[in-house]
Amino acid sequence: MIEGLRIENLALRRGGRLLFEGLEFEVRAGQAAALVGRNGAGKTSLLRAIAGLVRPEAGTIAFAAIEPEDARADHIHFAGHQEAQKPARTAWEELSFWTRWSGGSHETAREAAGRLDLTRLLELEVRRLSAGQRRRLSLARLLAAPRALWLLDEPLSPLDAEWRARFGELMADHLTQGGLIVAAVHDPLPIPALEVAIAAPAEAA
Amino acid sequence: MSRVLALLSRETALAWGRGGGPMVSLGFYAGVATLLPLATGPEPARLAAVAPGAAWVALALAALLSLDRLFERDYEDGALDLLTLSSTPLEIACAIKCLGQWIATAAPLAVAAPVAAIALGAPPHMAPLVFACALMGGLAFAFVGGIGAALSLGARRGGLLTAVIVLPLFVPPVIFGGGALDAFAGGLPWKAGFSLLAAYAAGAAALGPIAMAAACRNALS
Repeated sequence: MIEGLRIENLALRRGGRLLFEGLEFEVRAGQAAALVGRNGAGKTSLLRAIAGLVRPEAGTIAFAAIEPEDARADHIHFAGHQEAQKPARTAWEELSFWTRWSGGSHETAREAAGRLDLTRLLELEVRRLSAGQRRRLSLARLLAAPRALWLLDEPLSPLDAEWRARFGELMADHLTQGGLIVAAVHDPLPIPALEVAIAAPAEAA
Repeated sequence: MSRVLALLSRETALAWGRGGGPMVSLGFYAGVATLLPLATGPEPARLAAVAPGAAWVALALAALLSLDRLFERDYEDGALDLLTLSSTPLEIACAIKCLGQWIATAAPLAVAAPVAAIALGAPPHMAPLVFACALMGGLAFAFVGGIGAALSLGARRGGLLTAVIVLPLFVPPVIFGGGALDAFAGGLPWKAGFSLLAAYAAGAAALGPIAMAAACRNALS
């Protein structure tokens, strides 16, 4: 179980351009952080760095009481703005595969689909789902296989007002169970969150 | 274990549907296998001499067909990101992807290979060896091909690049398999060639996933 995430003096470089440097923040169990910044500031890159997909230029990303390799193997959910779903497969095939891959079971996948109101859509091919329904299918994976740290990239953008509120409740539930959330957002999260500004070095000065 | 099985069944299903699936690979295979010997002339004696070799080379080309999408689709839709976030190492995931590719495309082609060889005039008693070579060669083609597919991730016209990277690596299995078939047709000892083919396939299956996983990580970062 991850009990905290601490970012210290972090710098990220993408394609030869320094995105930001000297970034520091800390999230404890039960807390959420909202990464804010203009397009291209490096919010997605920061999430990918926490997930271990991108190597930082400098600084450290540490998980409280757990090695980074173990954290990334079993305790992190990453939901990028891509849904990682194959259009020709059914919603159920995709959800059950990702659930099992993340350590859940068929039963937890069914239950998660129910909580996100997807049960009637599970037999449909992913190509027949709307953007919001696909996003709900991605988010169902987070509920189906419990992992402490959720890394969310623009989680709310394709959702309608009702689902933004309902997903807010699900995030709040996750936090009360001792989870952590780091989300890149443009609109404010519907839950209390620590705001972390991501900006290029020149702007910050 | 459940993760490995879940991934294998997903990969097999995806490979089955990829690029039109095994039927297209089989059709392509039949086309190339009939085209190659036509270049040497239609006399039965000549045809019979090149038949096993033609059936074998066509197999290598057909194996290329569905290779370019092996990692590309997962890379484009973000699935590769999620595959790294698991207690199953990425190397194992890559190996399973190749195994799924082998089950869905190489196995049907291995069934078709003896048919093609016999249709071109190879003696029927060669069928079992052609089948075994195709199955073993398919394993080598899948794992070596996976390296090319992973290396060309993110490149424009990645499919063409995959073929250029992979074809030189297809040379040893083509030589070993073709040699075994030739020796068998001539009544010579053929086991050495087949053993070398199997050794190459085993080496590719052991080392390929390490290279694939490194290439995937590089493409993602």
